Amino acid sequence: MERTAKLYLGAVLVFLYLPIVVMIAMAFNRSALYEMPFTFDLVWFKALAQNDRLLQASWNSIWIACVNAAIATTLGTLAAYAFARYDFRAKRLLQILLFPPITIPWLIIGTSMLIFFFWTGIGRGLHAILLGHVALSLPYVIVVVSARFANFGPQLEEAAASLGATPWQTFWRITVPVLLPGIIAAGLFAFAVSFDQFVISYFLAPPGTSTLPVEIYTSIRKGFTPEINAISSIIILFSMGLMLIVARNYKFGGDN
Amino acid sequence: MAVSRQTRTVFALTAPAYLWLAVTVMLPLATMFYFSFLTASPLGGKEVSFTLKHYTDFFTKQIYWYNAWRSIELGLYVTALCLIIGYPAALGLAKYIKGRWREAIFLLIILPFWSNALVRTFSWTMVLREPFNILFSYPAIVVGLVHAYLPYAILTCYISLQAVDDSLIEAGRSLGATPAQAFRRITLPLSMPGILAAVFLIFVPVIGSFMEPRILGGKDAIMLGPIIEGQFITAFNWPLGAALSFTMLGMVLIILLIAAPFLKKQMAVG
Repeated sequence: MERTAKLYLGAVLVFLYLPIVVMIAMAFNRSALYEMPFTFDLVWFKALAQNDRLLQASWNSIWIACVNAAIATTLGTLAAYAFARYDFRAKRLLQILLFPPITIPWLIIGTSMLIFFFWTGIGRGLHAILLGHVALSLPYVIVVVSARFANFGPQLEEAAASLGATPWQTFWRITVPVLLPGIIAAGLFAFAVSFDQFVISYFLAPPGTSTLPVEIYTSIRKGFTPEINAISSIIILFSMGLMLIVARNYKFGGDN
Repeated sequence: MAVSRQTRTVFALTAPAYLWLAVTVMLPLATMFYFSFLTASPLGGKEVSFTLKHYTDFFTKQIYWYNAWRSIELGLYVTALCLIIGYPAALGLAKYIKGRWREAIFLLIILPFWSNALVRTFSWTMVLREPFNILFSYPAIVVGLVHAYLPYAILTCYISLQAVDDSLIEAGRSLGATPAQAFRRITLPLSMPGILAAVFLIFVPVIGSFMEPRILGGKDAIMLGPIIEGQFITAFNWPLGAALSFTMLGMVLIILLIAAPFLKKQMAVG
């Protein structure tokens, strides 16, 4: 039975990784039309280094993802702290309100942001994209940090308080250090959510300014440019590397 | 005054996050709902009035309800395929593979799940050409979406299957159940929460997808998601796009409400 299971899962993994491997291989293939035989060449990576639009978009994406991670992790950790340490009447409601950003299709969230931001004068642009990304990241951050709180009772904090620490000192010297693995994992999650986000950015990007996924989508729709393979290969290896770090930092079950 | 102090602390801790969510999610959804009843976008001092036209159009014009049905159909195909492929994978992983192998395979399955969806969709354009030759067709959309959502199905089913106590299955077997009976009467009902979670996590975003059909579907891409996108990106008929978005949300809610008691009963009877 174990053999059959391994064979079947092997087939599933082939399905999951086949297109990714083919795409990375084609990034190193000389032919622009994905023609065989395979001839190794770095021509598309060189072309990428010359493509100012893609480089600018990459820079925008990294910048937004970093700021997003900082904001979402801060706000999310504060809210998770309130959920873990206080009992209050609206708690259940506030937790339910985290579902819409995750469960409503991004198409609807993105278009409603477009309408609202346009209507109120917030407008489109990198600031609007950042506003949207933080909203999508917050629920994940709260869930991940809350999972860390589940194994961390208030006893340590109470002990610190009874020994004379102020609430501020207790927070910085006890709560934050104990939560740190969860906070780091949440921050990396938030980075990934933003860095990979396409739909929301697509509706909020004005002509001329965009993030990497929006720029890639535009290039794909216009007809292909093979540098897209090169940048896509870099992105996918980067994202997977990032998630490997998260997985090492934080087992997906909450047990440290 | 301990109570009011606690209230103040809780408020200070939660207000920033929820204020942010209000401005970026709740208020936009409310505004979109308002727009969906207007004759035109109230921008630039334009004269507008209330109308139900966009909603009635949905039911009277074939292009909308027919393509909404196409989106639902796509959601059903993709969800079913993800479960058919993903459930056995989760079962194998949870019950037949142990130790380091399990950890390694599990990690390999969830890795692509968090990587860029757009890039993964794009990568299929290179595979589906020769010799398969199904690029720019309906099957290509299905393949791309199954690839995108299969990890969800495996993940949720795996979590619930792992929680099924092996001694229950052994007890059933010792009382004379065949392996098939033990699976059908014990394992399957107990893993129903994972299946339900997968259905919800896959069906809803698939109905709202537009990027995958646009990249992989060619002329078969026309369904509700791409039509809504078009209202905002090319046609600039925001009130119609808003009404179609809310119709889509309503459809999703109704389908889930219809499915919920039925699926719950399945869980209880099992």
